[in-house]
Amino acid sequence: MSKISDIFEKEMKVINMGLESFRSSMEHQHVKVLQVDWKPPAGGNKKLISALLKLKKISEEANKEGVERIINSQPVLMDVKKAIDVIPGMHKKMLLHAGPPITWERMCGPVRGACMGALIYEEIAENPEKAERILSRGEIEFSPCHHHSAVGPMAGIVSSSMYVYCIENKTFKNKSYSTLNEGLGKALRFGSYDKDVIERLKWMEQVLGPALQKAVRLSGGINVKNLTAQALQMGDECHNRNIAASNLFLKELTPYLLKTDLSKEIILKVFQFITGNVHSFLNMSMAACKSSTDTILGLKNSTLLSAMARNGTDIGIRIAGLGERWFTAPAGEPKGLYFPGYTRVDLLWLQHLP
Amino acid sequence: MAVKNIVKKNRYLDSVLLMLISNQIKELDGIVKASVMMGTDNNRALLEGDGLLLSEGKEAGANDLLIALLVKDNADLEVILEEIEKLLSQKKKVSEEKGSLIPKSMESALSIMSEANMVVISLPGDYARWEAEKALMKGLHVMLFSDNVSVEDEIELKTLAREKGLLLMGPDCGTSIINNVALGFANIVNKGNIGIVGASGTGIQEVTSLITNAGCGITQAIGTGGRDLSARVGGLTMTGALEALIEDKKTEIILLISKPPSPQVEDKILDILEGCPKPFIINFLGGDVEKSKRRGYKVAKTLEEAAYMAVAFVKKEDYKKIEFNYPLHEIKSLVEKEWSKFSKDQKYIRGLYSGGSVCEEANIVLDDLGILINSNAPIREELKLKNSKKSVEHSFVDMGDDEFTRGVPHPMIDFTLRKERIIEEAKDPECAVILMDVVLGLGVHENPAEEIASAVVKAKKIAEEEGRYLSVVVSITGTSKDPQNRDRQKKILHEAGVIVMPTNAQAARFSALVVRRES
Repeated sequence: MSKISDIFEKEMKVINMGLESFRSSMEHQHVKVLQVDWKPPAGGNKKLISALLKLKKISEEANKEGVERIINSQPVLMDVKKAIDVIPGMHKKMLLHAGPPITWERMCGPVRGACMGALIYEEIAENPEKAERILSRGEIEFSPCHHHSAVGPMAGIVSSSMYVYCIENKTFKNKSYSTLNEGLGKALRFGSYDKDVIERLKWMEQVLGPALQKAVRLSGGINVKNLTAQALQMGDECHNRNIAASNLFLKELTPYLLKTDLSKEIILKVFQFITGNVHSFLNMSMAACKSSTDTILGLKNSTLLSAMARNGTDIGIRIAGLGERWFTAPAGEPKGLYFPGYTRVDLLWLQHLP
Repeated sequence: MAVKNIVKKNRYLDSVLLMLISNQIKELDGIVKASVMMGTDNNRALLEGDGLLLSEGKEAGANDLLIALLVKDNADLEVILEEIEKLLSQKKKVSEEKGSLIPKSMESALSIMSEANMVVISLPGDYARWEAEKALMKGLHVMLFSDNVSVEDEIELKTLAREKGLLLMGPDCGTSIINNVALGFANIVNKGNIGIVGASGTGIQEVTSLITNAGCGITQAIGTGGRDLSARVGGLTMTGALEALIEDKKTEIILLISKPPSPQVEDKILDILEGCPKPFIINFLGGDVEKSKRRGYKVAKTLEEAAYMAVAFVKKEDYKKIEFNYPLHEIKSLVEKEWSKFSKDQKYIRGLYSGGSVCEEANIVLDDLGILINSNAPIREELKLKNSKKSVEHSFVDMGDDEFTRGVPHPMIDFTLRKERIIEEAKDPECAVILMDVVLGLGVHENPAEEIASAVVKAKKIAEEEGRYLSVVVSITGTSKDPQNRDRQKKILHEAGVIVMPTNAQAARFSALVVRRES
């Protein structure tokens, strides 16, 4: 049935693509018109345009399904456990890292530094020099977090003894993991490996991790998506601004923390650690996202991205319909804001460590 | 140089905002280093590491704003602090800018204007095709102004439009008027009850303008694009548009304008009209009218006739064929005044057209009067001009044809080529009349009469200097509601010594009388 005559009954509202003069013609006639600032798609590559259009048709249904899966996901924090006990494929001589796969030779400074710190923390190496030697000899297996249903901020280094958040997507029953956030300043995720960093990691393993484990288990599960939704309303974007989310998390956690058999001092220390770190929520949020987007990994014909991640050397994407395959490109230089005393030169130095 | 610390107690600002502000402060006069931060332990340590922390700064806490500066000795601290305060108290602009978002794609345009129902596309042909397909997929009607879309693509798009029940006007659709909104090159015309579907841009312009100038109006004028009635495309848009006009309650009479369709398509269209409950008029310009006549359909030979037949219907009058809108004796005296000034060798009409269909119509009118016209778009194959740039005897050139427009704007927009040609014809001792169309409306030149007039004045002077008189006859396609205003344009042309006729067909007839030196 033709709908053509429908438009005769309606006010015409126009999208104009091309000649600007047509837009002014329509404005002259008091017609509502929106000009598109059009540029050739796909850089003007006709073969690519034609392919993209075909792809659009093929992928429409699958993408709708993909978006629904993500929306219907219910990531819930169920447990806090040691990486080696819970992350699939994890072993003592494995380090998980951010972004697509990478070798020691091609790693940028901060990721190398974090790897070295992790070996010192795991007591595989006594000092940075030994750590570097072990790493350069290929005695450690590197693997992207994304290959293990895991994620981590910045360098994203996960080693076997670290405690990780265990998220379960209640709708689809898949799980995801991420480390506990170390706080601001010098931290392993930025590539620092000095004494303070290692000591804090040890404290997290000995005190924070077990305490969170007890409290989270008592809670029966904390819905991360609900916290995210509230925090977004409160001004967080839940990436670099997590203050509301971190406080909301603490509000959920505190009663259970108090219900544990832990001493007041420990509870206070845990409490202070979380309040002292506005990014406490970040890692949990990342794992929640991971558990949501993992539901489209391998979704046939879908052109949605199931992952986008970088490791300082490469940036990689995974396209849902193409499963576990990575598509990578050299990481671009971030246009950042610098703390006083630091400039772009410091960044370049970090990126081009020999 | 000196380090300065200023602490603003209990003033909280977002850290990212503060980093941005710090960057702006660094640009101020007299500043060497600058940092504005909340006074947290971490931040104070950072400042200390950079030698920017004084004892007063050390007192700052996590809820205090700490301004740390390294200033030149001659710096005016008061001015600097004033500037910093301005930066700190500025409002975020992000939300304010939302209203002026400029979409980069059809998708984002739709997210801003979700109620859009028409997309006008005038992009290069290769891309136009894809955007048109996207628009149709999203359920939007499309006017595809662009040319250079392949026949295969045209068929694919039109089939898609048909499946979706949408209107696809074009490719290569120059003119459409939908709901009285002029799209592309079109005139501002009256609202009324005449529905038009046409495979010709200037044809639609001439007919809708004549209808308006006669005091009637239109419902819709749907352009199909020039190739729609070819055997391969099969009139996909024309048939859909016809059906829509038949359905449309406001349309009381349908006018169909086109160059001659392929025989199969003609049959298809005539079949649809067979069941048409509304009166209709067919104008296959230059085509064989026998088939239509056999079926007893009303047929118009020219655009003028098509318009005036429709006007007669609306005014409930009997249609009478006319030669001129003015009394014949007035015309004849005007004709005589023109040719009486000719020298003896001046015999030929030179038609310089910007619109293909009006060129064709003028050609048909003169052919009917027994005057054979050479042309780059002739109605008889043997009259094809060998060189479109060089007139031979009676010659009409469609300067909107591809061979003239390659790489330059259309002659309705840019008059350079037509003006050059006017001068060239004036130099030819055998040229008697220059016959032209002046097309008004949206999308075209803002003052075409002025362009033509300036060349005509020069041309007439050239002829005069060589002992001749150059007659210039023009018809204006347009209305008094057009931005250029038909009456104003007419005045400009009159002042340049141009004869302005009310229709294109009449301008052609007038020229014939002039070269035949009738009286």
